Amino acid sequence: MPPTTVTHPHPAATDPSRRRAGTSLWRLRGYLAPYVWALVVMAVSAVGTVAAALSIPLVVRAIIDGPITSGDRAAIWPLGLLALLLGAVEAGLILLRRWVQASAVLGLETTLRGDLYAKLDSLPMAFHARWQSGQLLSRVTIDLSTIRRFSGFGLLFLVINIIQLFATVAVLLNLYWPLGLVVAIAAVPIIWLSRSFEHGYVVVSRRVQDQQGDVASQVEEAALGMRVIRAFGRRDLAYDKYDRQASQLFDSSVAKVRLSARFWTFLEIIPNVALAIVLLLGAIAVGNGSLSLGTLVAFITLMLSLVWPVASLGVILSMAQEAMTAADRVVEVLDTKSTIVGGDRVLDQPRGRLRFEGVGFAFPDADRPLLRDVDLDVAPGETVAVVGATGSGKTTLTALVPRLYDVTTGRVTIDGVDVRELTIASLRQLVATAFEEPTLFSMSARENVTLGRPDAPEADIREALEVAQASFVHDLPWGLDTRIGEQGMSLSGGQRQRLALARAVLAQPRILVLDDTLSALDVHTEALVEVALRAVLRDATGIVVAHRASTVLLADKVALLEGGTITAVGRHSDLLATVPAYRELLSADADLAGAAA
Amino acid sequence: MSTAADWRGVAAESQDDFTDRVTLLLRDRSRRLLTSLLRPHRRILAVVLAVVLVENAARLAIPYLVKEGIDRGIPPMQAGEGSSVLTTITVVVLMTVAVQAVARQAFLTMSGQVGQRVLLELRRRLFRHFQRLSPAFHDRYTSGRMISRMTSDIEAIDEMLDTGFDGLINAALTLVGTAVLLLVLDVPLGLVALGSFPLLLWLSAWFRRESAVAYRRTRETVAAVIVHFVETMTGIRAVQAFRRETRNEEIFGQVNDDYRLANMRAFRLIGLFMPGIKLIGNVTIAITLIYGAYRTLDGAVTIGALAAFLIYLRQFFEPMQDISQFYNTFQSAGAALEKLSGVLEEEPDVPEPSRPVPLTEPHGTVHFDDVRFEYVEHRPVLQALDLDVPAGQTLAVVGATGAGKTTIAKLMARFYDPSGGRVLLDGIDLRDLSETDLRAAVVMVTQENFVFAGTVADNIRFGRPAASDAEVVAAAEAIGADAFIADLPEGYQTRIESRGGRLSAGQRQLVAFARAFLADPAVLILDEATSSLDVPSERLVQRALRTILASRTAIIIAHRLSTVEIADRVLVLEDGTVVEDGAPAALIASEGGRYAGLHAAWVESLA
Ligand SMILES: Nc1ncnc2c1ncn2[C@@H]1O[C@H](COP(=O)(O)OP(=O)(O)O)[C@@H](O)[C@H]1O
Ligand SMILES: Nc1ncnc2c1ncn2[C@@H]1O[C@H](COP(=O)(O)OP(=O)(O)O)[C@@H](O)[C@H]1O
Ligand SMILES: [Mg+2]
Ligand SMILES: [Mg+2]
Repeated sequence: MPPTTVTHPHPAATDPSRRRAGTSLWRLRGYLAPYVWALVVMAVSAVGTVAAALSIPLVVRAIIDGPITSGDRAAIWPLGLLALLLGAVEAGLILLRRWVQASAVLGLETTLRGDLYAKLDSLPMAFHARWQSGQLLSRVTIDLSTIRRFSGFGLLFLVINIIQLFATVAVLLNLYWPLGLVVAIAAVPIIWLSRSFEHGYVVVSRRVQDQQGDVASQVEEAALGMRVIRAFGRRDLAYDKYDRQASQLFDSSVAKVRLSARFWTFLEIIPNVALAIVLLLGAIAVGNGSLSLGTLVAFITLMLSLVWPVASLGVILSMAQEAMTAADRVVEVLDTKSTIVGGDRVLDQPRGRLRFEGVGFAFPDADRPLLRDVDLDVAPGETVAVVGATGSGKTTLTALVPRLYDVTTGRVTIDGVDVRELTIASLRQLVATAFEEPTLFSMSARENVTLGRPDAPEADIREALEVAQASFVHDLPWGLDTRIGEQGMSLSGGQRQRLALARAVLAQPRILVLDDTLSALDVHTEALVEVALRAVLRDATGIVVAHRASTVLLADKVALLEGGTITAVGRHSDLLATVPAYRELLSADADLAGAAA
Repeated sequence: MSTAADWRGVAAESQDDFTDRVTLLLRDRSRRLLTSLLRPHRRILAVVLAVVLVENAARLAIPYLVKEGIDRGIPPMQAGEGSSVLTTITVVVLMTVAVQAVARQAFLTMSGQVGQRVLLELRRRLFRHFQRLSPAFHDRYTSGRMISRMTSDIEAIDEMLDTGFDGLINAALTLVGTAVLLLVLDVPLGLVALGSFPLLLWLSAWFRRESAVAYRRTRETVAAVIVHFVETMTGIRAVQAFRRETRNEEIFGQVNDDYRLANMRAFRLIGLFMPGIKLIGNVTIAITLIYGAYRTLDGAVTIGALAAFLIYLRQFFEPMQDISQFYNTFQSAGAALEKLSGVLEEEPDVPEPSRPVPLTEPHGTVHFDDVRFEYVEHRPVLQALDLDVPAGQTLAVVGATGAGKTTIAKLMARFYDPSGGRVLLDGIDLRDLSETDLRAAVVMVTQENFVFAGTVADNIRFGRPAASDAEVVAAAEAIGADAFIADLPEGYQTRIESRGGRLSAGQRQLVAFARAFLADPAVLILDEATSSLDVPSERLVQRALRTILASRTAIIIAHRLSTVEIADRVLVLEDGTVVEDGAPAALIASEGGRYAGLHAAWVESLA
């Protein structure tokens, strides 16, 4: 792999030289299947175009060798009109091809982008934690348009140009074979050069694409972290970080420019050298009478018509290389196996008995498990509070239920069924979580609240908002239809949390997970929310992650998470009395003492 | 149930971009930007221009030389007078080819380098400019759009530089060169051939006009795609947990399709433009052929000249074909440049002073003088707030969520400027302080603490980039973050992904706290900075606070009153107005007071 950046690994970036060039691109051919007819039309009209283009110089020859030599003025017109007709046909075929091509390649790009998005949507959290989203973004935008450009313009002209090349050489050989041979020989260095160019270019273009992704990641980070950067006045630091990436990209781009400059130049020069030789030999042939003047003119006209197709091969081959590496990058994502695949069971009458049975969990790159031997039984309708120090694994534990992560050992069951046997959709319908970070989207407040239940009736929405004390949304300028700023930035922290809580409540899950959801609320509001939540939690099985005694009291029992496992389960008051570690974490006395000191 | 169309909801400004509809203004604006970008390179550009002229002269000379070869080289040979003329001409052709080779390589390399330099400069300028724009602007503009400007739009320009630039310059020069040569070869025939030029120009002008609109639309629609994509990936946890995938795919399908349609329109335009050019070219060739044949028969032109003529015409129209393809990247880049120039001309609405008042030794006296503030017009959040915080005081602000506490903090950190009144630090209006002085004096730890991709140590060092490793560790130790960091696989050198993938929410708060601790400002603002911590961790933080706050001004916003009670003074805020103000002990003692009520409720909640 080329030395991209040391600090930003590209997780799945495999060695591009090991991947056979173009296999990824070839694998994407299925996306062109719906456009087979379009492709046929494109190919046929392309061939027609070449034929028409080739015929025109032959008409010229006919005029020079015929009417002009013989002085027959009347014969000029039919031939001239033939040239006109051929010209019109050529233009018409191009029109046809371009219109067909537009819908085909755009269809390809759009479908591929949709699939890529759907794939990313379904890949597990572990994948997203590992990948920088800038890298993903550049695949969805830049790489896809590279592929689109090649599969429309590039591929077609590659074919047309090659057909034209062969056809022209054939016609030239036919016109006068010794000269034709000269032209055919000139093709040898072109082929040889293209091959060696390909080798270098693959490496550089992959590097450029990866670095584009890195730059995108920096941009994204600066955009999302903008407020922190400002609060600390660290824009120079952020700028330097960005500038380093941008400068690396600049260096690689310049290397790419150098490489293609050399190649493009050669491609332009070789036909011209051949032309000089043809002129010399051709003139000699005309001199000794073995070639007519008209044929020589036609020959040279045809040869000149080769200069452009050969020269543009440079651009097209670069494009092809880029499309291949872009396809590699896209296929990397499409090929990622989702480690979290649903089973096929659906619980008909879920009661909501939740059990952790000998559960262990380790993050992929961790040297030791975060959770081990976790056993916990929550009866239907029961609520358990999970208490533990910061970073003890509470959030991770709750994420195992809706399978945002999968257990590494043991199992989590609902009504005795392993969650891995349930379909993902039905499982996640059973479980709803109010996350510690509210995670709102810049959509209407309604859309944000109904995230888990798009068809919720108005009355239910109102009720859920009331439970979460989030009725403030009715007072927003457009009520529920007001767009919530990006990540809820136009709301206060507590308002965001309450909206996220309303979302979880509205989903009416069998199992409701509240991950430290009341931390940003003031005491009054918290008390009101707790009263309302009690009613909700009566019907549902609940997991409440809490730091404060008041929240713990929502639960029927408390589990203490310590050292990666549950060390005590019991009632709040019992644990306070008997478990020193618990007292340490939650004791009101300690808190009051701390406050008074 | 909402339809696919109204998911975004309504916002105050439904402007979806800078809506300067005046095309001329737009073009003017991008031209200004382009000029300012190119100016530093004018020397090299002059050389590039010279080189490209040489290259095209050489390119154009070749058919002419061929004509000479046919007209002058062949007759002597047919007459048996030897091949010396022909040999000379062939040698000249080869020399011309050599010149062309050198010039072309030089042109491609130089123009490519200048292009990349310009691009780098544009990236830098944009980044800088986005940094200068206020949070209010970013709230409105959204990070997705910013990202799209800085990736997709820049890319469009890059693509033009990659392929379109070379093609277009050559086309333009070929156009002019061919016109001249045709006239030199034979004036009447030349005039006939040139008869098509006005038509060509008209067609190009039409295409330019139409496609400018089309490409502008593609820029806007691709931005929508990027915005949605970035938001989904940022909130992927919620997306999956709430089975949002289907709906998201529906929405993405819609923005994706909008982009497709916008592209389709642009492509269709090229689909008309290209064959149009071809048709004009072919008709011209046919007419020239017929007319030329007559003139040859009349003896007015030689056969060689006619051949050269046709070759030139072909050479002109042939690349025009593919060049119109590049023209599309050119138009796309033009639309991108328009968008970028729009951003770059956006004036920061929290501007930095042109002549800042220096602040060398900040004491930390804070003064809010009749401050009024509203995010949305006619919805005041703060009304006539007057507040004096002497240097060194620790001020706690409490109140219900939505009361305006964060707003006060943000005004103090000059995220926004007040709609009325002034905020002063050491008697100086914040608007008169330089960004550097202000940020050195005032640091805020927000509710949304963001963690950057990098090591844990880097993230803490963000508070003071010059800090040594020992100081970083000391800061972490002081607030009790040391234990968990030491536990990470590689301690302080453990990499965390952006947005803090591998830290828990509480750990992220600790990192943010350590950052602020290290920054060591005169005024420290803590906005619910400990809300996700467990009680013992919070206590450690408080202990640290007690020492660091002794010598500095602090504004602390918290719901857990244990944090508040280390304050010298408490401010109770209700709907943007101060309803109580005093020492905590005094407020608790005051019968029926709001703070006393809050405190009682809190004590009860601990039970
Ligand atoms: N993606 C990840 N990769 C590796 N470690 C992680 C990842 N996410 C969290 N961790 C680690 O797992 C531990 C538990 O995190 P979490 O469950 O969020 O704790 P909390 O109990 O505060 O909710 C933390 O020490 C954190 O550093
Ligand atoms: N960027 C914004 N745009 C519009 N309204 C906002 C914005 N930020 C906050 N608000 C509104 O201003 C009010 C005060 O918010 P804030 O100061 O964050 O309250 P808190 O006291 O909870 O910190 C709230 O009603 C909130 O909805
Ligand atoms: Mg947590
Ligand atoms: Mg707030």
